[in-house]
Amino acid sequence: MYKKTYLILIIFFLSFLAKLEAKTWWVGKNESLHSLNQAIQSARAGDEIRVKKGVYFERNLIIDKPLTLIGEGLPVLDGEGKYEIISIKASSVKVIGFHIRNSGISSLKDLAGIKIYDAQDVQIVHNLITNSFFGIYTQYGKNCQIKDNQIVAYGKEEQQSGNGIHCWNSSYMHIEDNVVSGHRDGIYFEFVTQSIIKNNRSFRNLRYGLHFMFSNHDTYISNVFTNNGAGVAVMFSNHVNMFNNTFHQNWGDASYGILLKEISDGKIQGNQFKKNTTGIYLEGVSRVNMSRNTFSSNGWGLKIQASCQDMNIHQNNFINNTFDVSTNGSLVLNNFDGNYWDKYEGYDLNKDHFGDIPFRPVSLFSIILEKNPTTLIMFRSFISALMDKTEKLIPSLTPEQLKDQSPRVQPIPL
Amino acid sequence: MNKIYKHVMVDIIRNRMVLFYTLLLFIVSLSIFSLEDTSSKGILSMLNIILMIVPLVSLIFSTIYMYNSGEFIELLLSQPLKRNTIWWSLFIGLLTALGLAFLLGAGIVILIFETSLLGLMLVLCGLLLSCIFTALALLAAVLTKDKAKGIGLSIMLWLYFTIIFDGIVLFMLFQLSDYPIEKFMIAISMFNPIDLARILILMQLDVSALMGYTGAIFKDFFGTASGISLSFGTLVLWVIIPFMYSLRYFKKKDL
Amino acid sequence: MIITEHLHKRFGSQQVLRDVHITCRPGACIALIGPNGSGKTTLIKSILQMVIPDRGKIIFQGDDITGQCEYRAKIGFMPQMTRYPENMTIGEVISMMMDIRKDQKNRDEELLEQYQLKDIYHKRMGTLSGGMRQKVGACLAFLFQPDVFILDEPTAGLDPLSTEILKQKIIKEKSKGKTTIITSHVLSELDEMISEVIYMHEGQVLFQKSMEDLKLATQEVKLSKMIAKMIA
Repeated sequence: MYKKTYLILIIFFLSFLAKLEAKTWWVGKNESLHSLNQAIQSARAGDEIRVKKGVYFERNLIIDKPLTLIGEGLPVLDGEGKYEIISIKASSVKVIGFHIRNSGISSLKDLAGIKIYDAQDVQIVHNLITNSFFGIYTQYGKNCQIKDNQIVAYGKEEQQSGNGIHCWNSSYMHIEDNVVSGHRDGIYFEFVTQSIIKNNRSFRNLRYGLHFMFSNHDTYISNVFTNNGAGVAVMFSNHVNMFNNTFHQNWGDASYGILLKEISDGKIQGNQFKKNTTGIYLEGVSRVNMSRNTFSSNGWGLKIQASCQDMNIHQNNFINNTFDVSTNGSLVLNNFDGNYWDKYEGYDLNKDHFGDIPFRPVSLFSIILEKNPTTLIMFRSFISALMDKTEKLIPSLTPEQLKDQSPRVQPIPL
Repeated sequence: MNKIYKHVMVDIIRNRMVLFYTLLLFIVSLSIFSLEDTSSKGILSMLNIILMIVPLVSLIFSTIYMYNSGEFIELLLSQPLKRNTIWWSLFIGLLTALGLAFLLGAGIVILIFETSLLGLMLVLCGLLLSCIFTALALLAAVLTKDKAKGIGLSIMLWLYFTIIFDGIVLFMLFQLSDYPIEKFMIAISMFNPIDLARILILMQLDVSALMGYTGAIFKDFFGTASGISLSFGTLVLWVIIPFMYSLRYFKKKDL
Repeated sequence: MIITEHLHKRFGSQQVLRDVHITCRPGACIALIGPNGSGKTTLIKSILQMVIPDRGKIIFQGDDITGQCEYRAKIGFMPQMTRYPENMTIGEVISMMMDIRKDQKNRDEELLEQYQLKDIYHKRMGTLSGGMRQKVGACLAFLFQPDVFILDEPTAGLDPLSTEILKQKIIKEKSKGKTTIITSHVLSELDEMISEVIYMHEGQVLFQKSMEDLKLATQEVKLSKMIAKMIA
C-alpha cells in the first residue's frame, strides 16, 4: 500500500522535474534568437520553440530531436524554390502553425514542404503549405498525425508537381481535416496500412484526388474528392473501407469517381458519386460490399468489367445517370439486390416496396457504346430507344444474368 | 404583306386542330412533369415529344392546312397580290400558330419546371423544329397535286428524319467503326434537323457521359459557343432552304 | 383591253391551250364558250396568272402581265361556285377583300344590297348553298368597280330572280364601257348581254366573232342555234 503511494509520488516528482527542464525558446525579429536553425541546435529534446510572425529563410531545417515547433501568427518559412524546408528525423516532433512555401523542385529527390523520415508519433497540425513540390511527405512513419493542414500548389504539369500528402511504407497514420489542391495526386499512399483518412478535401489536383496502392486495412471516411484530373484510383489493396465520401465532378475519358483495380475484401458504403463521367470503374475486384451509396447524374454509374466477382451490390440509389451499369462481357459473377433504379419501369402489386419484376440495369445501347464509342452521337434517338425497348423484352446482347431481382420502387433515404 | 397575314392568322387560329394541339401539349407536358419525381426524367419524356410529336404535328397539320386552303389561296391570287406575299403570309401565319401552340402548350411548362440552359435549349429546339417541319410541309404541299399524296409525302419525310436517316447513320457507324469518323459524324448530323436538335439537347442533358473521349470530340464542337451558333444557324437554314424552294415552286405553280 | 398572243399551256401530256389569240376590247361583253375541257377555265386562269402559260404573252391595257400583280386590281373575278374558303364567314371574306384593296375607295355595293347579303354576314361559306356562294362571288366581282369582269359560270346554281339581277348588272356595267368575259354552258341566258363570242375547242380558239357577224353568217337569232350552225 505505502509502496504504491511512494511510487506515484516519485513519478509525479520526476514528471514535474521534466516539466521544469523543458524550456521554451523564442524566435523572432525582436527576440534573442533570429534564426530557427539556431534555436533547433540550441534546444534539447522535449523543448518548445515558438516562432513569431515574420518571413524566415532557413534553407533546410533538420529536426533530429523531439521538439515542438509552434508558429505564432503564421510565420513564413520560405524554401526559395531550392530546399526541402523541414526534415523531421526524430520521433514525437510537432510542427504547428507555419506557412511553409516555395520548396525546391527536383526530379531526383522528392523534396517536400515537410518530410518525415523514419519517425513515430509526429504531429503536423494547422500549417499552410503553398507552392511546394511535395506537401507533406512521410516515409517509414508510424502513428503520425497530419491534421488541419492546407496544402496548395499551382501545378500545371504532372512532372513538375508532387503529391499533396504522400505516405510511403507507413502505418497507423491519421490524416484528418486537410485541404489539398493543385498537386499531382492529392493524397498518395503506397504500402500504408492501418491508417485512417478522414474529413479531408482534395480537389483540382492534376491526376488523382486520392491514389493508393498496396495499402491494406485502411479506412477512408467523409472525404470529399472533386474535380480532380482523373478522380480517385485505388489499386492492388485489400480490406479497404470507404465510408461516406463524396466523389464529385471527375470528368474525362479516363476519369473516374473511383477506379478500383485488383481490390478485395472491403466495404464501400454511404458514398456519394455525383456528376462523374464514371462513378466507379471496377476491374479485378472481388468480395467488396457496396451498399447505401448514391450514384447520381453520372455518365456511367458503375462500369463493372467481367473480371470482377463476388461483389455484393445492394441498397444503392441510381438516379439520373445516363447509364446505370455497363459491362464488357456476358459473364456475371456479382450480385445485385435491392437497389433503387430510377429507370425501373416495373410495378409493385403486393406493396412490399420491392418491384415484382427484376430490373436489368445494362442497356443495349451501353453495350453498343462499349464496342463503338462513336455511336454516342445516336444516343436518345428514336431508333436507339427502339432498340433498347426490344432488348429489354428479349435480351440478346446484354448479359441475361445481370439483374436486380428485387429492385426498390422508392429511393433509399440516405 | 401584313395586310393578308392577319386574315391568314384568323383563319388558322379558328382551326380547332391548333387549339387541340396546344391543349394536348399542355396536358401532356404538365402531367409528365408532375408525375415524374425528378425533373430530369420529365425532360427525357419532353425530349421525345419535341423530337417526334412536334415535327409530326407540324408536318401533317401544315400539309393539310395548305390543301384545305386551296380555295383561299385562289381567292387571294385573283386579287392584286404578289404570289410571294401570299406564300410568305401563309408560312408566317403557320409559324406563328404552331410556334405559339408549342410555346403556350409546352414551352412555358418546360421553363417553369426546368429553368436552366437545358430548358431553354429544349424550347428553342422545339420552336425551330416546328418551323422546319412547317417549311417542309409547304414544300411537300407545293410539290404534290393531291392531298393524299401530299400527306403521304409528309409522313415519308417524317419517317425519314426520325428513323430511316438514323438507321442509315447507325449502319454506317458500324461499317466504319475502325475509322475515326467523329468529325464526319458531326457533319452528317447537320443533314438531319431532328438529330441536330437532339445532339444539342444531349450536350446539356448528358454532360457527364459526354466527357468521355468520343463525347469530348462532340462536346468540343457542340459545346462551344461557335459550335452552338453554327448548329442553330444550320437549323435556321433548315427553315429557310425548304421554304425558299417551296416559294420558287409556288411562283410557277398552276392552281 | 386584254390581248393574248400565242398562248400555249400543257398539263402533263394534255395540251390544254394551243396558240390562243383573243382580243377583248373595252365595252365588249364576250361569251367564252366551248365543250367541257376545251380550255376555257385555263384561259381565264392564265389571264389572272393562276396558271402560268408555257409560252406566249398576255397584254392587259397595253402592258405585259408577266410577273405583275397590280393589274388584277382592275379585274373583278367570279370563280366557279365551289372555290371559297369554307371556314370564313361571308362578312369576313368581304371585309378581307376590302382590306386587301384598301386603296380602292369607290365601292359598288349595289349587288350586295340587292341580294341582301348583309343580313347573313355571320354565316360561314361552308354552310352556304351553291347559289348563295355564287351571290357572294358576284358581289365581290363587282365590289371594286373594276374595268374588266371575268365571270366563270356566273349563273350556275342561281335562282331565276337572282340570275336576272345579275344579268341586269352586267348589262349596266357594259353600258359604262367595261369589258366582260363570261363562260357559261347555258347559252340562252347569254343572248341579251353579249356582243362577242369566242368558241374554244380542244385548247384552240375556233373563232372569235361579234354577234352581228354571227347573225349575218348564220341567219339565226338564238345564240345556241348560231353556234350549232357554226360548228357544223
